Amino acid sequence: MATIIKSYEPTFWDKLYIPALVQGLLVTFKHLLRKKVTIQYPEEKLIPPEGYRGLHRLNKDANGRIKCVACDMCSAACPADCIDIIPGSSPWDDGKERYPVSFEIDLLKCIFCGFCEMACPEEAIELTEIYDFSDYTREKLIIDKDGLLDVYDKTKDKNYYSNSQNLTIKE
Amino acid sequence: MTFLFYFVACLTIISALFVVLNRNPVYSAVMLVLCFFSIATLYLLLEAYFVAVLEIIIYAGAIMVLFLFVIMLLDLGREAALPKLKKLDKALSLFLVVIIFLGILTLTMWAGGDLHQTLNPSSVGDIKAVGKALFTDFLLPFEVASLLLLVALIGTVYLAKRRVK
Amino acid sequence: MDFLALLIICVKVLLVFAATMLTVLLMIYAERRISAFIQGRLGPNRVGPHGLLQPIADGIKFLMKEDIIPAGVDKPIYLLAPAMLLIPALMTFAVIPFGSDITLFGRNIPLQVADVNVGILYILALTSIGVYGLVLAGWASNSKYPLIGGLRSSAQLISYELTMGLAIVSIVLLSGSLRLNDIISQQQGHFLSWNVFKQPLAFLIFLIAVYAETNRLPFDLTEAEQELVGGYHTEYSSMKFAMFYMAEYANMITAAALTVTLFFGGWDLPFLNETSMGMLGVVLSVAAFILKTAFFLFLFIWVRWTFPRFRYDQLMNLGWKVMLPLALFNIFITAGYLALTI
Ligand code: SF4
Ligand code: SF4
Repeated sequence: MATIIKSYEPTFWDKLYIPALVQGLLVTFKHLLRKKVTIQYPEEKLIPPEGYRGLHRLNKDANGRIKCVACDMCSAACPADCIDIIPGSSPWDDGKERYPVSFEIDLLKCIFCGFCEMACPEEAIELTEIYDFSDYTREKLIIDKDGLLDVYDKTKDKNYYSNSQNLTIKE
Repeated sequence: MTFLFYFVACLTIISALFVVLNRNPVYSAVMLVLCFFSIATLYLLLEAYFVAVLEIIIYAGAIMVLFLFVIMLLDLGREAALPKLKKLDKALSLFLVVIIFLGILTLTMWAGGDLHQTLNPSSVGDIKAVGKALFTDFLLPFEVASLLLLVALIGTVYLAKRRVK
Repeated sequence: MDFLALLIICVKVLLVFAATMLTVLLMIYAERRISAFIQGRLGPNRVGPHGLLQPIADGIKFLMKEDIIPAGVDKPIYLLAPAMLLIPALMTFAVIPFGSDITLFGRNIPLQVADVNVGILYILALTSIGVYGLVLAGWASNSKYPLIGGLRSSAQLISYELTMGLAIVSIVLLSGSLRLNDIISQQQGHFLSWNVFKQPLAFLIFLIAVYAETNRLPFDLTEAEQELVGGYHTEYSSMKFAMFYMAEYANMITAAALTVTLFFGGWDLPFLNETSMGMLGVVLSVAAFILKTAFFLFLFIWVRWTFPRFRYDQLMNLGWKVMLPLALFNIFITAGYLALTI
């Protein structure tokens, strides 16, 4: 048998219910007039906070060369196993021996955990604030080295979304 | 007007026949509602608006809904699969129908050749007239009927309560 | 009946029908927008200016959808049920006067499709017929959720129809007539002659019953999404589903108009004598009627997005143990008062 504990005895005024109903209606009416929180997406875009984990980028060093040394640390750390690197010896001869010949991330597999950027000894891979990169085919959502470097150019100076040119609807 | 009358009268009879002849209880119920509607239309043609509307509110709107409710709860779908009536049963029911029909026919003939009412039905079916008749001439039957309903109500409550101990 | 009279009637029927359908569309739009506003959202605002064409887009979508008739349904009744719901819903508005009389071509034209002398009963009769649409839709779908929804609706509508009828009786007692025009003319004059102020209890009971009759929240147990998927229209798709929707909104419009007629003086503007003002009076009275009805339509939406749904036993308790005795009590008081004063 369940025991019923009465913690609150409604008064006669409460039992009329009508005042409470009117109170409820007033609450929703106040909400009706409040400022709306909707962001009109393609025209307005939410600027994500610092530290948001979106699309990846591959950083460049001061000379504009790719920072990544193809050590495979990110690929090993990746829980989704979505980073695919083909290493090669670098074409430059200033002490940097390896560089990625190809660097692909399958964005459909990626869970945006950010482990790759934590694992990277060179701070070469980073997650940016870009969140709207959907596309129509699976192939287009495998981003390659050039794509990742492109993202770096787009995001290195300031927040991608505060750049007004990105607010217009793109093809 | 006359054409309308014959049309609606035919509709009434056909729908009534469907009620009896159909083997699916839900269809019967729907047909009965249609029958009530045609009867209400007949009242309308007689300019007895109040009676017509009452016919719909009480019979079509309340009683038949409850009928349907019960039919659906009982799930009488298997009625359709029941064995057909035997020959003897058929003959018996046909005999009874004929007897009753003849009885009604003789009674109406007896009552007078003219089937048309002399009273203006719209004054008989007026809400004031109905109310007056109920509370003066027919007060006793009215009260008895209400008592009957009360008894039925108490019976239902008793039946429903008994199972829950 | 001459040709002109016939023409006038046809025009009135068309006008009322068009106005009802237009209001249905507007209501669907308003419902979505206001619910969004209450929840701090914007709602549909893309199709047309401020999203006003959204209902039309919805309609086109419904027309394009595949019309699914599930296997195992009872076809004739399944096909008939939406019409059985929609037709009474659209017919009801016929007796509601929406303005004072207009004089055109030397004729006195009442702004009302049909002046029936049992107007209120006509409305009650039609609302009680609407149940069949729900119940039969539920049964014919041959599926458990619609069936439960249909059964719930029939029980609910019968319970609340009674209360609604009793609330109306006290109004009828005051006006001494079942004709809606008489009820309106009896409320003319100043503010306090409106029935809300004479019969506040009846108004409250009527309002609650109306919400139950139109299956609106907090009484929308027939289509309680969380329990019954979609209630009686779960198995319907395409235009037939849209018909259920239109019927629901048409019912709401009639209910709001009826509330206005019975308790807020119909097209009456307080302190004005519309009938003696000619054309201006007609326009004012129609505007007053539309505004008042719009308020009650807004209230429908407002209430829906404020209160949670009742439990079924609570619904029945409220109907039979609270509202019915209160309505009876109210009739008793009204009748007693009338008997003493007249
Ligand atoms: S964010 Fe996580 S899942 Fe995505 S590539 Fe980096 S490590 Fe892999
Ligand atoms: S991105 Fe960093 S962790 Fe990954 S291969 Fe390049 S250097 Fe190594």
